[in-house]
Amino acid sequence: MAAVTSPLRACRGILKELRIAKGSDYRNTLVYKHVLEQFRRNQFCRARMDALHAARTYLCLLTSTRMHLRLHERYHGRGDRALEEVAGLVGLRLPTQPGGKGWET
Amino acid sequence: MMLRNICRYQRQFGQVIWPFSFPQGQHVPSLSTHLQKAKYASGTTERKKFYENVSIAQGGLFEINLDKRKLKTPGGKLFTVPNEALAIAVATEWDAQKDTLKFYTMHLTTLCNTALDNPTQRTKEQMISAALKFLETDTICYRVEEPPGLVELQRNEWDPVMNWIEQRYNVVIGSSSNIMGPQIPEETKETFQQHLNSYNLWSMTGLEYVITQLKSLVLSFGLIDRHLSVEQAVVLSRLEEEYQIQRWGNVEWVHDYDMYELQARTAAGAMFVHLSSESTAVKRKILHD
Repeated sequence: MAAVTSPLRACRGILKELRIAKGSDYRNTLVYKHVLEQFRRNQFCRARMDALHAARTYLCLLTSTRMHLRLHERYHGRGDRALEEVAGLVGLRLPTQPGGKGWET
Repeated sequence: MMLRNICRYQRQFGQVIWPFSFPQGQHVPSLSTHLQKAKYASGTTERKKFYENVSIAQGGLFEINLDKRKLKTPGGKLFTVPNEALAIAVATEWDAQKDTLKFYTMHLTTLCNTALDNPTQRTKEQMISAALKFLETDTICYRVEEPPGLVELQRNEWDPVMNWIEQRYNVVIGSSSNIMGPQIPEETKETFQQHLNSYNLWSMTGLEYVITQLKSLVLSFGLIDRHLSVEQAVVLSRLEEEYQIQRWGNVEWVHDYDMYELQARTAAGAMFVHLSSESTAVKRKILHD
């Protein structure tokens, strides 16, 4: 990811993430209003650097969470195979127990 | 190094942070805890999204509402945060969920739950001394002796951070390439202890989390003091992995997966620390929405 050095880029990045997460409705959210207000408010030098760092951190949080989830769904989404299927892989079948297993509640 | 990667991948479902450390099929006795189990579910079963709207409400502290219901912690407490910004960020996490709730993407919520419930009953003093102890095994302090490429990379990337923290806090830390690690002088520990004392319980919870993720107190300070960005801190934390990736190639479903997870958690931790240390001047604002 390219370094986000300017407040404008950070702001745009966050808004883009919000749009991805929420769809066309993103302008109605609390977070959208809050982000815009924060960007308007912080004009002075020290507060501005702090605010920029905060913005970049939040952008990183949104992007990384989304990318992590995407990779998770792509590679680890399927979960475990069902027990029957696993047994079937080696040519076995599970026994049927009409009364249910003893330890199941 | 491979071991570390595997451990991190396994940790995905056995997260150290409460509440997702519940083992499978845990017997939950009382009725009130039935509700918390239903809400947060176990590690592998998924909970459907049961609400439409997420909003925040203020009654002194800030609360999160899912439709008409007030959000509670896994321990059954009312979920409250000290300021609006953190409330909005947590609300956004819940709002971003689609059909099923994926708690492993809700890092800020998790941190708040840990701070509110404090299930292991840790005090600030315990957290501080654990952090100081960590300095003895700090990633930045451990240098390899070979291969030369990695030695040089560590020197080029880690030395500046080490110089920064030693200057900023007027301490001596040093690094070492033997198994015993660096000898941290007492004055250094005292200086850091004083500094850490100024953190409140919530910030300290966040800081501890960041240190655990980055495996380095030095890098965590660098991030929290805004000397490093999250991305930079993560790269420095994973320096050896990055070196190996450059040599041997990238494997998306391990390397990128780990990196994004680490970035997300670290970013959440840093945000949590900053927002928790904000002065309560924010409570002057009255909610309009």
